[in-house]
Amino acid sequence: MSCEWRTQLDQYADGELQQPELSTLEVHLRSCSSCAAEALGRMQMKRSIHNAAAGAFTPSADFRARLQSSISGDHRPVKTWWPALLFSTAAVVVAIVASVLVLQHRTERNALAEIIDLHVSTVASANPVDVVSSDRHTVKPWFTGKLPFTFNLPELGGSEFRLIGGRMAYVEQNPAAQLLFGIRKHQISVFILQESDATARDFPNGSTHRLEFSIESWPAKGLRYIAVSDGSMADVQALTTILRSSQ
Amino acid sequence: LKNGINSRAAGYRSQDVFQDQRNADAFGALALPLLAQLYNFAHWLTGNREEAEDLVQETYTKALKGFSSFSPGTNFRAWMYRILRNTFLTSRAGLKATVSFDDEENEIPERPASGDPESLLLARMDQEQIRLALEQLAVQQREIILLSYVEELSYKEIAETLGLPIGTVMSRLSRARRALRELLSSKMQGAGL
Repeated sequence: MSCEWRTQLDQYADGELQQPELSTLEVHLRSCSSCAAEALGRMQMKRSIHNAAAGAFTPSADFRARLQSSISGDHRPVKTWWPALLFSTAAVVVAIVASVLVLQHRTERNALAEIIDLHVSTVASANPVDVVSSDRHTVKPWFTGKLPFTFNLPELGGSEFRLIGGRMAYVEQNPAAQLLFGIRKHQISVFILQESDATARDFPNGSTHRLEFSIESWPAKGLRYIAVSDGSMADVQALTTILRSSQ
Repeated sequence: LKNGINSRAAGYRSQDVFQDQRNADAFGALALPLLAQLYNFAHWLTGNREEAEDLVQETYTKALKGFSSFSPGTNFRAWMYRILRNTFLTSRAGLKATVSFDDEENEIPERPASGDPESLLLARMDQEQIRLALEQLAVQQREIILLSYVEELSYKEIAETLGLPIGTVMSRLSRARRALRELLSSKMQGAGL
């Protein structure tokens, strides 16, 4: 960060930066994460100091009465703009925090996009899976030694789902098991990775729709499961229920 | 007895007293809502309740006396802070404190910008540590931090309060911020955070 930005960040955090510098800096903040973090830090620091020191000392009722009588007169309180200023400062901080959350949201979207890409390229491939078997007792041992974790696979007999096979996948450079299931003409990929991988945080629990793909994410026993399909959410959730029952 | 004298005075110069009463009303309406803020600021400057009360009392007395010279349209809040601050500087506690006043030229060397998320860490420090650091700050730096962060005066208001050009307010504020940051981060290291 150059000194030029440093001075402007001070003024920005103090709500003193005027146009056109304000717009220039805001454009810069959108592209420079270090300056954005710096601006957020300054606001937080300002806020902490404000919270620690404002109203730290209050006049006693006795003193207030003495002072009031020393300056005689009718004392109607006038409307102060102090709360408005507090509010506007808070609004600025909220806006900045929101933009950080948007960045976080963006990494979630990137991770989702990667999962979808993996699913699509698998389904489109001539050899979609490395281990072709409908037998869970074949598929599960195949991953042994390839992954730093193990997982349970349920018996699918009696359900509409069939196991097609499995392959090794990497989600944002983290090793993952990819299992491919079929239901009618649709296929569902289930990715399993370690919950301790930073990537796992990009898949919040629950159902998501993205680009017409149905995605369901859930945690179990230190692992993160993400099911993706071009089929219906109902199918994905039915498979999810079966998988969860085996965990 | 005091009332007796006052009412006798009123008898002699009723016109002036009427004017004074109107003045006092107008002054009270403007100044009393600022009491809590001014008191907080005074306590931060003096460091104790008794001196803070004296300082605020003297500020209000002086301000009321000078209220007729206060021109409407100028910033009343900054005007009050200015009286309080100047009163403090000439008080016993203020004279003691100003001995440690930094010279404007006394530059603290700029630390290399290490892309420090330290301010993020600072934000998590507990309030007691922040208060201690504020108390340790030189008065000149403490007052500008208080005026900006705590009393939330604009640069322009601070300039009016301290009788300084805006450019000086900005550079002094930035020096004070840096000094406070140093104090806080040394505390943080001390606490092994």
